[in-house]
Amino acid sequence: MEIDFKHKQAAHCENGVVANLMTYNGFTVSEPMVFGIGSGLLFTYIPFLKVNHAPVVSYRAMPGIIFTRFATRVGIKIKREKFRNAQTAKARLDENLRRNNPVGLQVGVYNLPYFPDEYRFHFNAHNMIVYGKKDGSYLISDPVMETVTSLTEKELEKVRFAKGAFAPKGHIYYPTEFPEELQLEKAIVKGIKHTCRDMLAPVPVVGVKGIRKIAKLIRKWPKAKGIKIANHYLGQIVRMQEEIGTGGGGFRYIYAAFLQEAGKLLMNNQLLELSKEMTVIGDQWRDFAVEASRIYKNRSNTVAVDQYDHVASLLEDLANKEEVFFKKLKKAI
Amino acid sequence: MKKNEVPQDKSNLESANFKELCYAVDENGEYTTELSTGWSPKTIALDNAIEALNERISASKQRVIDHKASPLEYYMELHKMDLPILASYVGMWKWRVKRHFRPAVFKNLNNKTLQKYADVFDITIEELQRTDL
Repeated sequence: MEIDFKHKQAAHCENGVVANLMTYNGFTVSEPMVFGIGSGLLFTYIPFLKVNHAPVVSYRAMPGIIFTRFATRVGIKIKREKFRNAQTAKARLDENLRRNNPVGLQVGVYNLPYFPDEYRFHFNAHNMIVYGKKDGSYLISDPVMETVTSLTEKELEKVRFAKGAFAPKGHIYYPTEFPEELQLEKAIVKGIKHTCRDMLAPVPVVGVKGIRKIAKLIRKWPKAKGIKIANHYLGQIVRMQEEIGTGGGGFRYIYAAFLQEAGKLLMNNQLLELSKEMTVIGDQWRDFAVEASRIYKNRSNTVAVDQYDHVASLLEDLANKEEVFFKKLKKAI
Repeated sequence: MKKNEVPQDKSNLESANFKELCYAVDENGEYTTELSTGWSPKTIALDNAIEALNERISASKQRVIDHKASPLEYYMELHKMDLPILASYVGMWKWRVKRHFRPAVFKNLNNKTLQKYADVFDITIEELQRTDL
């Protein structure tokens, strides 16, 4: 069985899944819209946790939460299920496909055969849509891919039951109830307010304060950890910022696209101006990545400590800019 | 970022015929999307991360050959895992898995436990026990 499903590539997997599922159900929403209403933009440093032997920095909200927020704000209902048992998980998936219902799945990346080897890490918060089954293989629409693909039963089971942090446990989700008409205006305001609150939160590891915290840590790393480890850490930050799924500039460009779309919809010229400003901030994040890459280009080079100070000051500058930006954004709404 | 500035650098994506989507501004200031083949600052970061991984793998291989660690440690590194991930795959406490990294402890593991590890790494128990990697 194959559901007539339109695949559209997206920058980020979760937004892409939501946008594609919504479009399938007759409500056209763009990826930036989903991201903005779901308040996806964030900055957090997660202390005590290490991934790939380096500290974790995230430029977006927790996996799964973007869809949840988007759903409550525009008034759709989602059904989510997790499973202990792989057989039940498979049965539930097949049952949905028989009902012609494409579903979203949370999966681990490590065992995805169509990903380039270099990108297969133990990262469990990837999302995809299953839209059919043909000759024992599942038809997959992975939003970060240009075209659709397929996975065998065994392959799909493996990625659905990957282990480690954020283990998906066969997580399956799909919208069940829709409003008669999608009311985006109020949802946009709510989404923007939430993002402003997050970015300006009085928590040392979140938002603008989180950026300052990381800047401080970067200054310390070369002395405290040695150049080699400091370079590894810095590389990890850039990867979190720029790797597939971010749309570039640590999600700042997607957010600018959202502000532009929202400004037109709400006929708010201030938002259009702020969208331009966000683009400039995104460019500055890219500059930070370029400067950082100059340091870690040579993994064990003995670069002077002041180069670290330089990238740290770039981050501090970004924190100041974003602080001003989100205060303005709060007022513009 | 302007649409014509979306980087098209060489990267590891090429081998898999993979392009990623970026958001950028067109000449009229409108947001649009553009495919990118990669960007060197992050390609360097990724290459470094992989190089670091390979160093870890060869270091643990040496430790296995020197009988300082059990092959479990080597296979863990080979599969890009760390202790919490491996422990979660076999469903054991971290300290237990860590203990199994000691060659003397590993030697006395029963088949049931060995099978658990072997399943995770997709190899046979005999392969798992070999120390001449």
